[in-house]
Amino acid sequence: MWAKLTATEARRGLLMISPPLIYVLIMLAFPIGAIVLFSFWTQDFMTLDTTFTLQNYREIWAQPIFGALLKRSLFVSGCVTAVTVILAFPVAYFVSFHVKPSRKSLWLFLITIPFWTSYLIRVFLWKVILGYNGVVNSGLVGIGVIDEPLTFILYNVNAVIITLAHAFAPFAILPIFVALEKIDRSLLEASQDLGESKFSTFFRVTLPLAMPGVVAAVLIVFIPTIGDYVTPELMGGAGGKLVANMIQTQFLALNNAPLGAALAIVAMLCVTAISLMFVALNRRWLRGRS
Amino acid sequence: MTLRVYAIAYLIFLYAPIVLLPVFAFNDATIIAFPLSGFTTDWFSQLLTTQALHRSVQNSLYIACITAVLSTILGVCAARAGAMYNFPMKRSIIGLVMIPLVLPEIIVAVSLLVVAIQILDMGLSNWTVIAAHVLICTPFSIAILNGAFQNLDPSMEEAAMDLGESRWSAFRLVTLPLVMPGIVSSMLIAFTISLDEFIIAFFLTGANPTMPVYIWGLLRFPASLPVVMALGTILVSMSIVLLTIAEILRRRGMARVGVKDKGGFL
Amino acid sequence: MTSLISLSGVNKYFGDYHALRDINLTINQGEFFSLLGPSGCGKTTLLRTIAGFEGVSSGVVMISDRDVAGVPANQRPTNMVFQSYAIFPHLTVAENVAFGLRKRPDIDKSTAVDAALDMVGLTGFGHRSAHELSGGQRQRVALARALILKPKVLLLDEPLSALDKKMREQMQVELMQLQRHVGITFILVTHDQEEALVMSDRIAVMFDGEIGQMDDPETLYRRPNSRRVAEFIGKMNFMDARVTRSAAQIDVDVDGLGACTIDAEQAPVGIDVGLAKVGIRPETLAILFDGETTVRETISGVVDEVVYYGDMTYYDVRIDGVDTPLNIAMKNLIGRPVLDVGEPTTVVWDARSLVLLP
Repeated sequence: MWAKLTATEARRGLLMISPPLIYVLIMLAFPIGAIVLFSFWTQDFMTLDTTFTLQNYREIWAQPIFGALLKRSLFVSGCVTAVTVILAFPVAYFVSFHVKPSRKSLWLFLITIPFWTSYLIRVFLWKVILGYNGVVNSGLVGIGVIDEPLTFILYNVNAVIITLAHAFAPFAILPIFVALEKIDRSLLEASQDLGESKFSTFFRVTLPLAMPGVVAAVLIVFIPTIGDYVTPELMGGAGGKLVANMIQTQFLALNNAPLGAALAIVAMLCVTAISLMFVALNRRWLRGRS
Repeated sequence: MTLRVYAIAYLIFLYAPIVLLPVFAFNDATIIAFPLSGFTTDWFSQLLTTQALHRSVQNSLYIACITAVLSTILGVCAARAGAMYNFPMKRSIIGLVMIPLVLPEIIVAVSLLVVAIQILDMGLSNWTVIAAHVLICTPFSIAILNGAFQNLDPSMEEAAMDLGESRWSAFRLVTLPLVMPGIVSSMLIAFTISLDEFIIAFFLTGANPTMPVYIWGLLRFPASLPVVMALGTILVSMSIVLLTIAEILRRRGMARVGVKDKGGFL
Repeated sequence: MTSLISLSGVNKYFGDYHALRDINLTINQGEFFSLLGPSGCGKTTLLRTIAGFEGVSSGVVMISDRDVAGVPANQRPTNMVFQSYAIFPHLTVAENVAFGLRKRPDIDKSTAVDAALDMVGLTGFGHRSAHELSGGQRQRVALARALILKPKVLLLDEPLSALDKKMREQMQVELMQLQRHVGITFILVTHDQEEALVMSDRIAVMFDGEIGQMDDPETLYRRPNSRRVAEFIGKMNFMDARVTRSAAQIDVDVDGLGACTIDAEQAPVGIDVGLAKVGIRPETLAILFDGETTVRETISGVVDEVVYYGDMTYYDVRIDGVDTPLNIAMKNLIGRPVLDVGEPTTVVWDARSLVLLP
């Protein structure tokens, strides 16, 4: 039996990959299937009604609060992604092109460290920075720029965006860095040799070649941010709550898991659709250029 | 030059919140705001006497240790399969295994919650948290271990077998020592992620909260915030130590198989 | 000569891909045998089936008159020098060389390691770490590590391809001397025809999973049995010809050269009356310079291309009745000029150097 399983390279490879694969199937594919099923059921307090119905989806469609939350969530995720990637690109570029090879890992290490430190505490610290008596306000009052502390920087969507952009920064830098590292430096010399300036070389050679990294960065920031409820809870105030907060509330506070499941699925479908559209547009744009 | 200034400013932006931690942890005031009022170590001594905190830390350490071991074992399987074998549908299978890396954590959380409570009717415990943490840590383990395995010459194990060793002892004598730094580094990273993880743990934690869930509870009480700052200071320093060890080991592992370091672990 | 390894009717499939097609061969005790062919021809697969890393789909592999089907690599009396050398980077040179002795308590480790390192010219290198070695030294470690187990067969998978040209030529000679010294059968896989010709007692030339020809180097070079063997090993000019009589002597009319008579053994695969191809190596043709005379056949032509190599000059000479110019290799001896393109010239040839192929 064992000898048969390990007879060919393909079988040995499949045998080797099977533990993580089976784990993912049991712990991810099966549960996601479960919530899909769940979203077609209904719950009334503690009793679960297992008759198939589209009621949850109808409710999401009918009640404006869900649509508004979803729209705001996608807007926030979009802004966070744009801010993160645009701010991250120059850093990735700097580390890849202007840092000595021997120091590159030190830079990457410094960039990734904050990412690994307690997420909750980091979010809370932004509250300290942006709060009424926070670092920004007391600093600005101290040097006399303003008389009264600013109130528009905490408990709204802006605060959520700043905090999330900070949290996901390394996630954006690493894939862009990897893509930039792969660019053969003689291509840039070739472009300059063929008459392009340094500036136009960046747009005609470097940027298109770095695009796969940028796409990866966009996806790796955009998709997970939709599922975060900590930052909006702590930073968003009343007007900054997002769809993830609603999912959490449906599951834990209101005990309406089927509606929460339907909401989670709608959110995931929206994110997936937007991501696929983005990837497709990007491919088309790249092909259009070449 | 302007790029360098920008990059340094960016690093300051990244570190700004963390730098504030020790400032308020040693500040002699219950309100987390400027101006500072004086130096104290009271908040740290309070940590020592809070029983609930100790229980949650124990819980989190237990969860993090088991998560680290399990996700590293799964990671070794996947990284080895990816680096050393060709098999049908390799790309899609590896892609599927890496999916939890980009999946919104709330999806993982609610779907496992539904399965645990409604379908299996088994109740929540540390093991539900571990199951979810292994799921999200495995892709990170794979990414780190890929670095170790991909630089390995596949003929190395064949050479050992050619010299009389069995398949398993070839792995034990040749591959294992070479990827050991990667394994330790993967365990440290998985340990750190699990120890910090809140979003999923909040849904799946049982009767005993994990440390982040406990901290979340504290955040609602303004009086306990300085203690949170003290706890955060300790956590961040510990994370930095663990990550530094992980990084040093990763580099040593690269040096051992004789390849040039190409940068970070993702 | 006793046969050590024999393969009969060996086929190997990777999925739908037919990697080895009906391989039959016998390798003798103490022989230096080479598997030569372009990349993807199956030579490495063949070596790995002998080593035990690949099973066969059908057919029999015998080592020392024993069917080794199902015997894994670690129990076969073969050892291998890998293309990448596969030196264990976490071990010292001595630990690498002693690696296979773990299960051989009968052999005294330190004496055996010292002897093996002496044999490959690495005396005193035992304590070094694997990183500190040059390419040539790594190869010597790989050799010592394999030979210390006194295998019946040493398998070498492109062992010289990672070395620069000078080092490669030096190692060719050293490998031959080493093989004579230890008396073990060596099987070498290479894509370099020169390497195979220099080192081997016999060579099997492989194409697309098949053995095209198996012979000693001289026969292989002088009497290739097909156009692809002739073209893979060295250069050869080909001309159309008509065979008018095929017996102990063969009468053949060659385009551009005219009618001549050759021995039957100049047609390695036999030939019938009718159309055929005639091959002739560039160095068996010559240009007749001013003041030189010859007793051989001559034809006149015009220089079409000149490639100067220092010690040699390669000419392409166009002759009447042949579309492709003849490639001729001339040594640049004292007093010989280098001709210019367009110069008329006389080409010397000899029927004994022709080879006749279908």
